[in-house]
Amino acid sequence: MASPAPKSPEQSEKSKKYDRQLRLWGDDGQVALEQAKVCLINATSTGTEILKSLILPGVGAFTIVDGKKITEEDIGCNFFLDADSCGQSRAQVATQLLLELNPDVRGDYVDENAEVLLENNPDFFNSFTVVIGTSVPERLLILLSKKLWNLDIPFVSCQSYGFVGYIRLQFTEHTVVETHPDNEIPDLRLDAPFPELKQHMDTVDLESMELKDHAHVPYVIVLYKYLEKWRQANDGRLPQTYKEKESLRELIRSGILTDEEGIPQAEENFEEAIKAVNYAVIPTVVPPEVRKILDADCCVNLTSESKPFWIMAKALRDFVEGEDQGRLPVRGSIPDMTADTHRYISLQQMYHSQASKDAEVVFKHVQQLLHQLNQPPDTISEKDVRLFCKHAVNLHVVRGTSLADECVAANRENIALALENPESTMIFYIMLRGVDRFFAEYNTYPGEFDNQVEPDIAKLKACISKLLVEWGCGPFPKDDYVHEICRYGAAELHSVAAFVGGCAAQETIKLITHQYKPLNNTFIYDGITSNTATYVF
Amino acid sequence: MSSGETPDNFHYRWNHVRKILERPGPFCHPNEDRSVNVLQFIMNTCKILVIGAGGLGCELLKDLALMGFRSIDVIDMDTIELSNLNRQFLFRRKDIGSSKAEVAAKFLNSRIPGCVVTPHCCKIQDYDESFYRQFHLVICGLDSIVARRWINSMLVSMQTYDDDGELEESSIIPMIDGGTEGFKGNARVIIPGISACIECTLDLFPPQVTYPLCTIANTPRLPEHCIEYVKVLLWQKENPWNVPIDGDDPSHVTWIYEKALDRASQFNIQGVTYRLVQGVVKNIIPAVASTNAVISAACSTEAFKLATRCFLPLDNYMVFNDVDGIYTYTYEAERKEDCLVCGQVQRTLTIKRSGMKLEELIALLCEDAELQMKNPGLTALIDDKSRTLYMPRGTIEEQTRANLKMTLEELGLRDGTQLVVADATSPSTAVLTLKFVPPIDVEMQ
Ligand SMILES: [Zn+2]
Repeated sequence: MASPAPKSPEQSEKSKKYDRQLRLWGDDGQVALEQAKVCLINATSTGTEILKSLILPGVGAFTIVDGKKITEEDIGCNFFLDADSCGQSRAQVATQLLLELNPDVRGDYVDENAEVLLENNPDFFNSFTVVIGTSVPERLLILLSKKLWNLDIPFVSCQSYGFVGYIRLQFTEHTVVETHPDNEIPDLRLDAPFPELKQHMDTVDLESMELKDHAHVPYVIVLYKYLEKWRQANDGRLPQTYKEKESLRELIRSGILTDEEGIPQAEENFEEAIKAVNYAVIPTVVPPEVRKILDADCCVNLTSESKPFWIMAKALRDFVEGEDQGRLPVRGSIPDMTADTHRYISLQQMYHSQASKDAEVVFKHVQQLLHQLNQPPDTISEKDVRLFCKHAVNLHVVRGTSLADECVAANRENIALALENPESTMIFYIMLRGVDRFFAEYNTYPGEFDNQVEPDIAKLKACISKLLVEWGCGPFPKDDYVHEICRYGAAELHSVAAFVGGCAAQETIKLITHQYKPLNNTFIYDGITSNTATYVF
Repeated sequence: MSSGETPDNFHYRWNHVRKILERPGPFCHPNEDRSVNVLQFIMNTCKILVIGAGGLGCELLKDLALMGFRSIDVIDMDTIELSNLNRQFLFRRKDIGSSKAEVAAKFLNSRIPGCVVTPHCCKIQDYDESFYRQFHLVICGLDSIVARRWINSMLVSMQTYDDDGELEESSIIPMIDGGTEGFKGNARVIIPGISACIECTLDLFPPQVTYPLCTIANTPRLPEHCIEYVKVLLWQKENPWNVPIDGDDPSHVTWIYEKALDRASQFNIQGVTYRLVQGVVKNIIPAVASTNAVISAACSTEAFKLATRCFLPLDNYMVFNDVDGIYTYTYEAERKEDCLVCGQVQRTLTIKRSGMKLEELIALLCEDAELQMKNPGLTALIDDKSRTLYMPRGTIEEQTRANLKMTLEELGLRDGTQLVVADATSPSTAVLTLKFVPPIDVEMQ
């Protein structure tokens, strides 16, 4: 055998342990996770559940900030506080028990209230990749929100309150290259094949083929051939309406070989071509979301501070402008299709080598830009650029909003709109904000004590009314909801905490790895009906 | 009953749960009993069975124990592997090779005083009705569809009807089922005889990806095709160790990897990696801690609702996906009138052509999206006599093997013949009525 069989890669312990997740976010995602340092404020049940789902997959390090002493109630709902730990530091015990989950992870704690810590040591939070807060009272929330917004550190605020859960992500801007969409439309360029592809497809002569060959031409070529025919008969246009697409499908169908009796043969490649008319016969354009990214101010006007994402975006923009048709680089992969090996592989290689050429052009732009910006040339590797180009059509940028701003002035239209439906999950957002105000005013949670439930209902109602007046929203939600929230009395139920914790952990991993699209930006879980909703504030 | 009778820290430790159970609320289940008794019930009476002590199972045990359940049994026949440790948080490196059920139970019992988790290191098929009868609730955290279908069928078969043909409520054991794959998952509540069962919605399970043999043998295009070639064809031919493939044996995986690499380079195919080979050989499903946590939490919340009646349970299916933001969707999956397991109407199997051989009928039972049988054994009721057509195991397999090549007509099957099917997916048999379209009799005229 001519090919030198490379030695089998003996897998490392680590890659064996993390195998099931590496299949999702890959080695690059794992490296990002292992370099991350997260901070948890308050080791509530929700908080330790979040950390659990970060420590198991191997986050680099965590720090718990919590000045509370463990109560029996804490033990009742938190798996990472053991039965003998009553009265001890909640930060310390949780850290110890969480560390048992994964020897690869470092962890420490600060047995101090976060507000005091922020005052005494304002730089404490500077070194974290993400900060997570659970059940943080509004006053501290606003301080933290401002601090972290200015430091450009993402902040995840969560709460489990009775049967209701809440997650809010705060970041200034979040960029994603690998969004891993569930359904991806292949990038085939049938409307405008690049020269090598066109030449390749033009040399194929379907008419002269015997069945065996005819049935093994990749559908991409079949589709192209009949599309060309259709376009010649229709002033070079692409079929757009259903009727036009149907006539193209008919045309392809007419090309299926028949036997002596005139019965069409089974040619799967033609069937695939017919199916592909819907999604593969589309003009190759820059999608609006990507156009917005390329036209963004921080893309057009780079500075020496610009991050790699934006430098690559600018290089991509230069590529698109330099390309006569204004198209993105070729992705370079094609889906599997009925074909013989040789025809399929040559077609695949054609797309692949064009993708490499395109990426090379983009990389040249990147190098020029790095030079102009006085950034080191190794800031961005060729591999980074290839990945960026491969996913160019799915690039994703979200600009966030600050929680502190939201606390002062919430998105009124949003709330008012949702309140038109009296059953809207938004009601729980309003209730939780009401609870925050209640706590700010009375330094206790509504219904926290058994004998206070009834009187607290009226007080909570007053808090919520004030909020709604502030926001200029109405009408007041049904009293039932106020009563329901009040009877929860700040109870943290483990299964609700585990639901919120799991969700929040994955959002944190998205923020760390810059893969998959994160929540934008507020998530409400209604455990009573098992429904959830997402709102933008 | 006064709360003083229960042990350790009862009063404070369960304060969170007590607020939900003892304080009246406007959204509570209409039949709820708001008293200390409810907590007493889940702590001292309610028995829960958790099936599976893997990614979902570990989470379920923790969630249930911290919601106040104290009598929990767990079944799992598997042992702990290194690749479990990224999510199965009750296990440590030192536990590798030990029984999942036993290690999980021991951990829970030591962390949460008063909680009694009883492990069963065996298959669910090792127990019969008398075992399952003792539970108030069954929660499944399985990756096997066959096991899910089996327990579903078991629970449905345990229902009893009174003289008027009404379902007896005391015989109902609700089943909660969770499933995950990567960032996707689902949680559902099945009240046997009332809401859709696993078999009613069998077509929700996606068929397994398979590659046509001719592609593997003649026209490979993907790295997967090269790996399948070695796995399906070359292993049998060369059989390097004279044993079936063991996906956990590194020397087996390495052999397949190297041969697949050879084949790929022969055809100029890129992308055969060790990780991909493992994935294809072991049919690995990606898994991450967070999704398992979310789905188990959803299942446990429903268990809590069902056991305490604090709220109406989920009716009856929730889908979860956090690939793009966090998406959930809740809907009512519908029962199938002619469900093979819980249906009231007998199911018909339509045979669309004459001359079908028995082996083709068996293939049909396996391929039909609503039946998805695994290795069915068939008996026909012909003229009130039962005739064994085919049994997949034992000496009877040899005796009935010849029937596989016979046509249904030759075997005496007619329009309206009842077919009794035994399959690994159910502890009991199912009956199907054959319907020939067009009817054979007409065609023969
Ligand atoms: Zn059913």
